[in-house]
Formats: sequence, C-alpha cells, structure tokens
Amino acid sequence: MKRRTEDGGWSPYLAGALVGLLAVASTYATTLWLGKTSYLGASTTFVRAAGLLERTVAPDRVAANEYFTKEKVRVDWQFMLVLGIFLGALISSVTDRSLKLERVPPTWEKRFGPSVGKRAVGAFLGGIVAMVGARMADGCPSGHGLSGMMQLSVSAFVALAMFFSVGVLVAALVYGRRTS
Amino acid sequence: MNNDQLLGLITGVFFGFLLQKGRVLRFDKQVGAMLLRDMTIFKFMLSAILVGMVGIGLLTDAGIVTSSHKSMNLGAVLAGGALFGAGWAVMGFCPGTSIGALGEGRWHALFAIAGMIAGAALYAELYPFFKSTVLAWKDFGKIGLPTALGVSPWVIIPLFWAGTISLFFWFERKGL
Repeated sequence: MKRRTEDGGWSPYLAGALVGLLAVASTYATTLWLGKTSYLGASTTFVRAAGLLERTVAPDRVAANEYFTKEKVRVDWQFMLVLGIFLGALISSVTDRSLKLERVPPTWEKRFGPSVGKRAVGAFLGGIVAMVGARMADGCPSGHGLSGMMQLSVSAFVALAMFFSVGVLVAALVYGRRTS
Repeated sequence: MNNDQLLGLITGVFFGFLLQKGRVLRFDKQVGAMLLRDMTIFKFMLSAILVGMVGIGLLTDAGIVTSSHKSMNLGAVLAGGALFGAGWAVMGFCPGTSIGALGEGRWHALFAIAGMIAGAALYAELYPFFKSTVLAWKDFGKIGLPTALGVSPWVIIPLFWAGTISLFFWFERKGL
C-alpha cells in the first residue's frame, strides 16, 4: 500500500478515512449550529439549482411545481457544500500542481475519439438520466453511498448495489472490455 | 451568508480538498471502477464508510445526533438506482464529483453538470407521474439494517469492517 500516488495524491485509504472523520464532525456541527443533523449529500442541490434557473424565466411554473415546493428552492447548507467542493478541489489541485485543463477524458477518447462535441452529448444525456435516477432513488453516491451506508440504512445498501451493478453493465457495453 | 451557508461552505471545501487528494474526481477513476480495473473510488468510499459508521454510531447512541434514513421505497430505489448507474457510466461523474472535477480543471464536467440540472428540472416535471407509479409500488419506510435484522448496530459494524478489510487486501493483491 503506497502512501502517495504517482502524481502526488494521497492514498485513497487515507483521504477516504479523513472524509469519514469529516462526515462525523459534520453531523455534530450541523446538529449543534443548525439545530438539525444534516448528512453529506449533493444531488438535491441540482434540484435547487434547476429551480433557481427556471425561476428566472418561468417563476410561476416553479412556484406551482410540487417537487420544487417539496425540496424548497433556496441556497441552503447543502448548496454551499457543493460549491465548497469546487473550491476545495481547486485549492488542492492548484497547490499540488495536479490541476489540468482537460477537453476529453482519456478513457472516453480511446473509445470515441477526441471530439468535444461527442463528449458533450454523452455527458449531457448521461447527466439527465443519472439525475432523474438519483432523484427517484432520493440520493446519489454521497447521500446513499456515504451518508446512508454510515448509518446502515437499508436503502443505501440496495441503492449502491444498483448504482454499481448497472454501472458495470453499461460501462462494459459502452467502453468495451478491451480499452485499457 | 448565514450560518447554515457558511458551515456548508467550510465543510464542502474540506470535502472537495479530500476528494481531490484521493484522486477520485476523475472520469477515468469512476469509469475505471465500473470497468473493474481500478478500485480507487471504492478504497476511498469504503474507508470513509468504515470510519463514519463508527463515529456516527457512537454519536447516535449517545443521543447527540439523530439518524436520517432515506426511505426504502422499493420501486424508487431499484428503478432510480438502475437509471443512476446507467447515466453514471456514460457521464463518468456523480453529482458531487462533477463539481469537484470542474475545480481541478476537467472542464468537460460542465456538460455533465448542465445535463444533471436539466435532469433535475425534468424530474420535477415528471414527479406527479412517478409519484402515482414507480414511487407508489412498495415503501418499507425509513429503516436501518439493525432494525430490519433485529440486531444491534455493533454486531453489524465489526462484520462490515472485517469484510471490507478483506476486500482491501484482495484489491491490493490483485493490483486493482
């Protein structure tokens, strides 16, 4: 087991264990300061972002929508957490010089070539399907995968098994087994 | 910025920093796991879960924090989980890592983020339909595994640790 990756990253076991500590500290801090235990998550923020954007063109439609009303369109704790992920990744990658402006990821390029257009269409359509799924399942790899598993939620075990098994199946179909 | 937002931002900065240090934000790491070639994201996630389940278990037992299970709604978790898995494989990011990937310069994550915002808007439109169909099938409620099995969490946690540590040794032996 290596403590450092080749490009100066940390062992995933170490970085992961520290995220575990952060998750525990975060439940304590949110209980103390917000009066309600909040768990790490990300996908609800996309609903709020969609609502905020849609509100600029069709405010009545957002106000009348049952799901937006249920999830409350506002910039809350989790919304800022998601923005914080951007900042944290920026700080980390700038300081260890791993920031890289990437047009198309290598695994994608091996299968579909260097076209940004193709990557854009794939990522956009994949994003639509994934988010519909995450909202239906009420969580993503953060909300179910980390927070749900840490609490031993039954839904987290089932959701994670579905995420990964279908992911493996579709990845094999899309990228093929021979692209290495 | 109010207290809620400030606390969220600070927590997020640490989260993003550690996600980047663990090198799990990348498309190739996520798809690498789904192609069963590189288990970095599983080493990271499972390590976080091992530590987190002990800490949250202790804080919950002490009555300091309250647990918040997501509903075990059968149709929702099975169908939603499958859709997520399919989209995840093509997109190569999950919601949290897409934002982090953008932070480390992988700007093609913008397309994924735009797709996910569009997907969220689409879900909001389709919600009444899903609510009367896939979400209405069978809901077991917000249950934890200890309650479902009728055992203490402190029986499950050591077993989960043992299984996960064995898996880690296997990953390392196989060079995954």
